[in-house]
Amino acid sequence: MPKDGSVVRLDGQGKPLWLVLELTYRCPLKCPWCSNPVDYARDGEAELSTAEWKRVMREGRELGALQLGFTGGEPLLRDDLEELVADASALGYYTNLITSGVGLTENRLRALKAAGLNQIQLSLQSSDRELTDTLVGARAFDLKLKVAHQIKAQGFPMVLNVPVFRQNIGQVADILALAEDIGVDYLEFANIQYYNWAMVNRDELLPTREQIDAAEREVRAARERLGERMTIYFVIPDYYEGRPKACMNGWGSIHLTIAPDGAAMPCQEARIIQGLEFPSVRDKSLAWLWNESPTFEKFRGDAWMSPTCRSCDEKEKDFGGCRCQAFLMTGDAANTDPACSRSPHHHLIGEAIARAHAPGRKVQPLVMRNDGNSRRLAQGGHGGKGGSGGGTGCGSGNARVEVDHV
Amino acid sequence: MTDITAPSPPAAGERYVLNPMYLFRWEPTQDAHVLLYPEGIVKLNQTAGDIIARCDGRRTVADLVGELQQRYPGDDERVAEGVYKFLEVFRAKGWIRRQA
Repeated sequence: MPKDGSVVRLDGQGKPLWLVLELTYRCPLKCPWCSNPVDYARDGEAELSTAEWKRVMREGRELGALQLGFTGGEPLLRDDLEELVADASALGYYTNLITSGVGLTENRLRALKAAGLNQIQLSLQSSDRELTDTLVGARAFDLKLKVAHQIKAQGFPMVLNVPVFRQNIGQVADILALAEDIGVDYLEFANIQYYNWAMVNRDELLPTREQIDAAEREVRAARERLGERMTIYFVIPDYYEGRPKACMNGWGSIHLTIAPDGAAMPCQEARIIQGLEFPSVRDKSLAWLWNESPTFEKFRGDAWMSPTCRSCDEKEKDFGGCRCQAFLMTGDAANTDPACSRSPHHHLIGEAIARAHAPGRKVQPLVMRNDGNSRRLAQGGHGGKGGSGGGTGCGSGNARVEVDHV
Repeated sequence: MTDITAPSPPAAGERYVLNPMYLFRWEPTQDAHVLLYPEGIVKLNQTAGDIIARCDGRRTVADLVGELQQRYPGDDERVAEGVYKFLEVFRAKGWIRRQA
């Protein structure tokens, strides 16, 4: 096979190529790794109206956005979803629906197909009925499998997204078999990222290095066996990488998320960072928010970087990692992501791993994502307090974004 | 290491089609052809766009080479080599498939 030297990373040339709409924080599931803010249930602004979302989509397209994600919460809880998808298709977006599958009926699938929806990403948490239903706090397993087959029957390209954590990491082989049976096109094992609800439950969710290695071996074997029939992604948890993730391809680089209340954010977790303002599309144009808002400007380029990052030969590759993680773990969003082995705070990662796997550690019940817990956490404070990030609908935290250039 | 399952390189009589998972179209904001797929974007340079636009299941690789040689006159051998190399790379990436 010839070496392909012509593919390079594209920086988006200043365009928000990826527009993610968190249509709502409402969700029928109670996943304890949810990437929605822990205080989502506190009183706040109402969700954007249909007309407001349409304006956001139109302005996004004018700024050069190409990929559009409908997520939540559960985006199917918006009964204007089909109308929004039709509008997005007419504008020329590639439309992605990121869903738990709850509420996805044959009729809605047909309507979404007619509206021009391009692909569906369905979450699945386990190959086991009982474990799935326990983890998501609802009887969802049978429904998800049924919906998965219906999605394929309607001819949608389909991504099966599996958030990976201690409770399901041993099921990689079984989940692969399920995915093969469904005929999914892309299978994404996404080790969850520890923000918001996942941060609250980190001690109970974080797998061991050995578990991750074993899972990765299964994935490699499956890739060889399945060849081109299924693309399998395995998103490594940065806690075990030593190198930070190139989060969002850099802050304010290609990614723009709009929260249910209209707040514009460089990533779905960004409202975790205290001290930053997140103006709303209700008050500002998308062009102003993207091009001029101090929040989006804040971590662009390298002037904001700590000396550790600014002098690093990998700063163009990983942009110093994740601002949210730097804030959550060190208290300063401008610090080097502690997931980086060069970070002076890297020991915090090792300590978190050690704490989660300490011999004799008392197992705690998972704090489920629900309104009661949300109100309690909003008052009490926790790792994710003040956070108002947002969901991928299923807990992969940071959406995979691929931008190639030939 | 030899991979015995590796597909053979493109041949003159074969036909290629776009993988239906991908959307191929002109994107004015990029002034380029793009491939769109779940959560991904590929921006194509002019030659890559020219080639993928012709992977329609009707044209053979030989037809494709002929058309590209007309479009880029001068060095026929280089154009032919480029087309074969691009096809092999695109197929390996899963963007196009050999027509059965």
